[in-house]
Amino acid sequence: MLDIKNVRKTFNKNTINEKKALNGIDLHLNEGDFVTVIGGNGAGKSTMLNMIAGVYPIDSGKIQIDEINISRDPEYKRAKYIGRVFQDPMLGTAAGMEIQENMALAYRRGQGRGLAWGIRTSEKSYYYEALKKLGLGLQDRMTNKVGLLSGGQRQALTLLMATLKKPKLLLLDEHTAALDPKTAKKVLEITQEIVKEQNLTTLMITHNMKDAIQIGNRLVMMHEGRIIYDVSGEEKKKLEVEDLLKKFEEASGEEFSNDRMILAK
Amino acid sequence: MSGLLVSLQDAVVQGVLWGIMVLGVYITYKLLDIADLTVDGSFAMGGCVCAVMILNFHVDPWVSLGVAAAAGMAAGAVTGLLHTIFEIPAILAGILTQIGLWSINLRIMGGKSNVPLLKTDTIMSKFIAVTGLSKQAAAMIIGIGIAIVMISFLYWFFGTEIGSAMRATGNNQAMIRAQGVNTNWTKLLALTISNGLVGLSGGLVCQSQKYADIGMGTGAIVIGLAAIVIGDVLMGKLRSFASKLISAVVGSVIYFVIRAMVLRMGMDANDMKLLSAAIVAVALCVPVMMNKWRIKKSYTEGGE
Repeated sequence: MLDIKNVRKTFNKNTINEKKALNGIDLHLNEGDFVTVIGGNGAGKSTMLNMIAGVYPIDSGKIQIDEINISRDPEYKRAKYIGRVFQDPMLGTAAGMEIQENMALAYRRGQGRGLAWGIRTSEKSYYYEALKKLGLGLQDRMTNKVGLLSGGQRQALTLLMATLKKPKLLLLDEHTAALDPKTAKKVLEITQEIVKEQNLTTLMITHNMKDAIQIGNRLVMMHEGRIIYDVSGEEKKKLEVEDLLKKFEEASGEEFSNDRMILAK
Repeated sequence: MSGLLVSLQDAVVQGVLWGIMVLGVYITYKLLDIADLTVDGSFAMGGCVCAVMILNFHVDPWVSLGVAAAAGMAAGAVTGLLHTIFEIPAILAGILTQIGLWSINLRIMGGKSNVPLLKTDTIMSKFIAVTGLSKQAAAMIIGIGIAIVMISFLYWFFGTEIGSAMRATGNNQAMIRAQGVNTNWTKLLALTISNGLVGLSGGLVCQSQKYADIGMGTGAIVIGLAAIVIGDVLMGKLRSFASKLISAVVGSVIYFVIRAMVLRMGMDANDMKLLSAAIVAVALCVPVMMNKWRIKKSYTEGGE
């Protein structure tokens, strides 16, 4: 499904601020894989997701989705295959537009946009049902501006928007990190429901090791722009947080250095 | 007293005709959050093109208006390309186009800085010939008619899929790119449509005042921003998109009425630009100062 081969990216090349963000990433995802991604500060987790989404061009390597080479496509073209939720709840929605307008924008992800009316009456009942399933009462506020919603509500809405039209790949970049624990839990539950229901292929960065172990069928650990540990199936289910920390020290020769992750274990 | 009435009527007519330009500024400034300085040049360009079309090429005044709008669109597209493909900051891209247009506009008018339309037909004179209305009434009806058509067009357009994507571009570029929209394209389109309206307005003003002048667009962007600010103050409570568009035109009318009144009170016409700039500056400063004052006032040393 997703095939990443030897992808490299260096920021600020040939300057004093040179940073090798990705050092040859190889990753293959099967249809329906739900992969959690963990790693220390600056390990390249977000960069990897941004490279898949096409936020910056890669220096070398190849990214394929369903045998289609998207390595050099701009971000807006890749959006056809990819649904995304960002860490910052402000980033995923247009604050000055109505909830239903935001959903209509997302419903047309990757399609040509013409002079047809931006939101059809027939869509509204579909949006109503989808919002109802979130269980946040948003279905009765469809004409409210998104700017009126809380961070958690916006993040849940962004998640819904990303999956309104089934994406081939769902990218979640620490999408619960900016939320309070209770809201984060709720959004995470919604995430699991949606992924399961649509059988989505998903990459989810998280700073919470317990979540990383409990959620999904596979876990990868990154360090210094490489994938240093990749585990799935039964072996993953039996993991403990301590195992992960030990694995990290073995593979990197360093102590785990993600403050938030240490605190959250 | 009747003198005042006439100058107020004149002011309302001017306000409506310039209001079309304000609609253009509204698109870039309010919807896309770009202060587009092309406007000064594209407004004059609309006027120059319109005058030359009518006078030298004997084109129908209505068709000339269309050409003026098309010329404005071309100017907007140049700014759009400089800003999107070549990533020049929007303000600078607008200034470059505006400065370049000064020379182009002079070329269009054959090196003259002023082209009078004294004996030729205009849309106003044609309309008067058909209806027998007074000059002001004719100009007002045409102006309001075109304003209604343009507001309806914009209301429809920004409700379409493309229009929604353009509004979202002004809101949150990262979001709309993630939904598969090329934001370079939406920005280019917005600048093009906006300057098309500005060029159209330039053509209308040219035909109503019966001349085109190389300096007729100078300060247009500030007039546009002032009109938007005034409209916002008067009608900001109304939330619907149609009322926002209407408020831009109403703001323009109020601006020209204020202008006529202060000129009648004896203010030097040359000081008008300073007044316009002051209106915009104050309108932009007040919310910032209010916010700072609020933060300062809400501080307490001991908490609750």
